[in-house]
Amino acid sequence: MSEKLLEIKNLNVNAEEKQILKGIDLTINKGEIHVIMGPNGSGKTTTANAILNNPAYTKTQGSIDFDGEDITNLKTDEIARKGIFMSFQLPEEIPGVSVTNFLKYAKNKVTGKPVKIFQFKDELKQYMEELNMNPDNMERSLNVGFSGGEKKKNEILQMLVLNPKLAILDETDSGLDVDAIKIVSKGIEMFKNDNNAVLIITHNTKILHSLKVDYVHVLVNGKIVKTGNQELAKEIEENGYSIYKK
Amino acid sequence: MSKTKIEEINRNIYDIKNKDEYDFKIKKGLTKEIIEEISKQKNDPDWMRDFRLKALETYNKLELPTWGPDISELNMDEIATYVKPKTKLNNSWDDVPDDIKDTFDKLGIPEAEKSSLAGVGAQYDSEVVYHSMKQELISQGVVYTDMETAVREYEDLVKSHFMRCVPVNDHKFVALHGAVWSGGSFVYVPKGVKVDIPLQSYFRLNSPESGQFEHTLIIVDEGASLHFIEGCSAPKYNKVNLHAGCVELYVKKNAYLRYSTIENWSKNMLNLNTKKAIVEEGGQVDWVTGSFGSKISMLYPMSILNGKGAKTEYTGISFAGKGQNLDNGFKVIHNAPNTSSVVNAKSISKNGGKCTYRSLVRITENAKNSKSSVSCESLMLDDFSISDTIPVNDIRTDEVEFSHEAKIGKISDKTIFYLMSRGLSEDDAKAMIVRGFAYPISKELPVEYAVEMNNLINLELEGAIG
Repeated sequence: MSEKLLEIKNLNVNAEEKQILKGIDLTINKGEIHVIMGPNGSGKTTTANAILNNPAYTKTQGSIDFDGEDITNLKTDEIARKGIFMSFQLPEEIPGVSVTNFLKYAKNKVTGKPVKIFQFKDELKQYMEELNMNPDNMERSLNVGFSGGEKKKNEILQMLVLNPKLAILDETDSGLDVDAIKIVSKGIEMFKNDNNAVLIITHNTKILHSLKVDYVHVLVNGKIVKTGNQELAKEIEENGYSIYKK
Repeated sequence: MSKTKIEEINRNIYDIKNKDEYDFKIKKGLTKEIIEEISKQKNDPDWMRDFRLKALETYNKLELPTWGPDISELNMDEIATYVKPKTKLNNSWDDVPDDIKDTFDKLGIPEAEKSSLAGVGAQYDSEVVYHSMKQELISQGVVYTDMETAVREYEDLVKSHFMRCVPVNDHKFVALHGAVWSGGSFVYVPKGVKVDIPLQSYFRLNSPESGQFEHTLIIVDEGASLHFIEGCSAPKYNKVNLHAGCVELYVKKNAYLRYSTIENWSKNMLNLNTKKAIVEEGGQVDWVTGSFGSKISMLYPMSILNGKGAKTEYTGISFAGKGQNLDNGFKVIHNAPNTSSVVNAKSISKNGGKCTYRSLVRITENAKNSKSSVSCESLMLDDFSISDTIPVNDIRTDEVEFSHEAKIGKISDKTIFYLMSRGLSEDDAKAMIVRGFAYPISKELPVEYAVEMNNLINLELEGAIG
């Protein structure tokens, strides 16, 4: 029997006083790839932020368990250290902090162990090659002057280096061309194993052409209205979300 | 989210007070008799005694500045302007009294001397207690000594340069300095000599209710080069201490001088320091400044580009916390054709601290084909800290390239969330952002100082925000 990793129960979330999520239930087991799809404004990004407990969002009801522990009200960094990672739709720029130094620092915080610099740099270089990234970026300031595609690849790089138990990818595929999407899919495949899980959040189906997923959830107006398999994504690709909107 | 505010942070070594022991401490206040007594104590030649007395007259005539931070709490009647430590000038650390040596040990000076410096001067209160330089530089004719020795042994050079670059009537505290100056370093680098490893002078003010008025005079002769580092610190007392040092830099034809400062005075210090450089044809002076301490700082290093093609760069950062008002900046006079200046100033304010960038760029009619680019960036760590930019740009010729860019920012919640999602605590996230902000400056400092600056940033941020 598969092992539960994330269990969200009846999650209600407000952003700026407005209710966005209206009772979400979602269970992700180890070894699974889930997709949440939905039109703009349906609450996809809110879901990701609520899992990481972004203080800009307020949980009014419900609970989130991770690896058998209640993480509903933990601080973001504590949640990250439990093993949840989020790839941002718009990654932040940090001038004066190189990709290498940032990731070395973050890896140390996440694992609680010292990071061996040479070994770490080799690992980083290898991942960058796999993701078709310019190795010079290692010494550049994090995300500063990076193109949209470079930023997204950098998020995938961080996911590989930090090696979480659950990776949440918020619109990582949006704004990318076909080749870049293939590289993102490749990164997900490199990451994925039987002991971790991936939650992909997207408003389109492009990434599902190059990646096999286990579950597709349709999120409309703050509620999951349908759950299916990869076929459901195809259906939405053809018909859109209109039949789910009341 | 819980907000912890800590009133006073532990500055560790910087705040270790030694007993106020001295060989001689002058009466508080400022009178002709006091100046004559200082002059006698210092064994001045006649011309220097007369210089001091004239400077006192100038001091009495000049008014306090009518702009900038309020320094009315400064009462010269409460400041002892001369405190002679209970030791002579030594050239071996073994001869420096234990408590004084211990202070410099903790500040890492003798250690740095062994590993990364070509020469060291250390001043304790009003006098230099240690001076030493590597033999190979001595044999190349480089002079690095305390100012008093220079007045005696290099009298002609001192007489022709002392307070010529910074004239006594420049402002009230320069006049004060002229009257009561004591200690400091004198450097002469002969023509063509490149000093590859830095020289460093460290100034420590231990005595309460006193002032430090060291004079630094550096002459880099034609085609020569030098990196000079100045460090300063003091333990904190409840009453005001005053620092009114003076730095005069002469950069001759095609010479190069880099002047780096890490200033970490205690937060009861009024830092009213004056620094100027005169740069001749093809010469270059670069200023690198980290300003962390002081209650009030008014410090505007100035480069006067007098020769064709002379250059200057200013790279500076100020970090003001609670109760601090750091009014810092840079002045440059372009006075010859093809001169250039580059300014990269940053400031960080937190916990109600105030940082002001005050600057002057003057490009005279003589300075055709000159370039000046100024960039200043401020970061405020909360909603009640203050940051201000007061630039004066006085461009008197058309044939110039001039740009001025100013940015004031805050750390956004989104950025903090991003970093926290990577496992960093809120404090770690803020410290990382601040270190990154300061990086363009810290990378210009010698590596030990860059480390010290990062430690100071961490120390300043520890528990103080969040």
